[in-house]
Amino acid sequence: MDNPLTHAGNFFEEGSIESTKMLGRSFGNRLLTVLCIALSLFALVPLVSILYLVIKNGAPLLSWSIFTELPPAGGMTGGGFGNAIVGTLAMVGMGLAFSAPPAIMAAIYICEYHPGGRLAAAVRFVAKLLTGIPSIVCGVFAFAVVVMATGGFSAFAGGVALAVLMLPTILLTSEQALLGVQNAYREASYGLGATKFQTIFRIVLPDALPAIMTGVMLAVARAAGETAPLVFTALFSQFWVNSLMEPTASLAVLIYNFSSMPFDYQIKMAWTGALVLVFLVTLTNVTAQLVFSRKSP
Amino acid sequence: MTSEKSAGHSSEPPASIVSPDLPGRADILSVRKFNFFYGKKQALQDIHLDIPERQVTAFIGPSGCGKTTLLRNFNRMNELIVGTRYTGDITMAGRSIFDPALEVISLRRIVGMVFQKSNPFPKSIYENIVYGLRIAGVRDRAKLDEAVERSLRGAALWDEAKDRLHESALGLSGGQMQRLCIARAIANRPKVLLMDEPCSALDPIATMRIEELINELKKEFTIVIVTHNMQQASRCSDFTGFFYLGSLVEFDQTRRIFTNPREKQTEDYITGRFG
Repeated sequence: MDNPLTHAGNFFEEGSIESTKMLGRSFGNRLLTVLCIALSLFALVPLVSILYLVIKNGAPLLSWSIFTELPPAGGMTGGGFGNAIVGTLAMVGMGLAFSAPPAIMAAIYICEYHPGGRLAAAVRFVAKLLTGIPSIVCGVFAFAVVVMATGGFSAFAGGVALAVLMLPTILLTSEQALLGVQNAYREASYGLGATKFQTIFRIVLPDALPAIMTGVMLAVARAAGETAPLVFTALFSQFWVNSLMEPTASLAVLIYNFSSMPFDYQIKMAWTGALVLVFLVTLTNVTAQLVFSRKSP
Repeated sequence: MTSEKSAGHSSEPPASIVSPDLPGRADILSVRKFNFFYGKKQALQDIHLDIPERQVTAFIGPSGCGKTTLLRNFNRMNELIVGTRYTGDITMAGRSIFDPALEVISLRRIVGMVFQKSNPFPKSIYENIVYGLRIAGVRDRAKLDEAVERSLRGAALWDEAKDRLHESALGLSGGQMQRLCIARAIANRPKVLLMDEPCSALDPIATMRIEELINELKKEFTIVIVTHNMQQASRCSDFTGFFYLGSLVEFDQTRRIFTNPREKQTEDYITGRFG
């Protein structure tokens, strides 16, 4: 008779305030869930279709000679683009070598030495500004500063252009990585008599390293696919890399050149170049994650 | 160091700051006319205090009363905060801890600290304990091993941890982590151990173990503990200082503070009338 549930039942009768509100809210809840799932599937469409197209069009020409031979002249068939792969690796490598050390050091300065200082604020502001600069501007800059000064297009100039492009990305992601390190670790380290240097290199950096590497890999992935800065700096070459001071082929410029040629074979090879580029970027990403992922002690 | 004169205070302590001359008592830390500021905000006012050696001294008082600020001055941790300054002096065994010739890193080895939230490094138990030795340049494996066993035994963690020394410290329970932090601090063989509410995040059983440990540790170390828990202060300390609004209101033997305080404010606080 006095079962509270039977009384409670009255509250949910049709027409009562609670029941209509409840119905509206749970309907909205379900609608949003369905919407989220639908839109996230929609977001996958361009990603999957790019991969599909690149594999479908790029795979037919894939062979060992692609990696070992030089590009064919316009209208000719056969050959490969081994020199462009080497060129891309060399220039991205140089870009990384020129940009990562100063970018990470600057991030350490900003976060660990003078977080509230004027220099830190200035560096942070400039880095944010630089991330928004179109890559073609980096190319023109490197053209004016390096190509004009050294008297010609070169892999070195390409490396400089890519470094300018990578620097702000690495700096800002490293800053976030360092900010993500718990302050309690720093306090513990100082409390045990560590110097600032010891605290940074023994505690803070190892903890931030996986996140820093994520930023570095983002920068590498972006730089590997950049065409505009390289057109102005490294140009292209039909031959193997002999010296870092001469024009050098790269995958991005190869794709750009070959895709605009009126020859079927060259266009197919441009697709294969795209496939190799995607594969290389994925490979570096996965390797970096395996190497730098948080190792349990 | 500036010597600001605070009006209305002589160099003599007020009558409520009592340092009973017990047999065998020696003071390791002495605070004199100490004022401390975060920017423009004054956090400590004219503190006069002596910390007896190899005793447990508890600091009690409501939040924001300055007890943690004073604690963090003993190892100069407050210097890590931008915009802080002090006047007056703190001496350790007769020497000013602010002496420019004294390196802050050596002060922090002598005055160890255990924090409110246990903060083991994301490293193995072993590496956590030897951190202080490694940064001081100790490489001898035997010395490191010896320090690990000594410190873990000292922190009553040896039996639980001896079979997992090379596993991550983050796999320990909350109470074990805090005892690991104590072990890590005593691996440096400090003279003083500062504890900033070391049990506030622990359950009653883990708290009890830390309190038992404090009782053991005082045979070797001078302990200064900040606590919000009045029972804890009365259970495990020999001396108690009551802080209020940045001033040390009363300092005496714990027994006396909790049974017969001289100041009305102290009595009101420990009987739970405010705070």
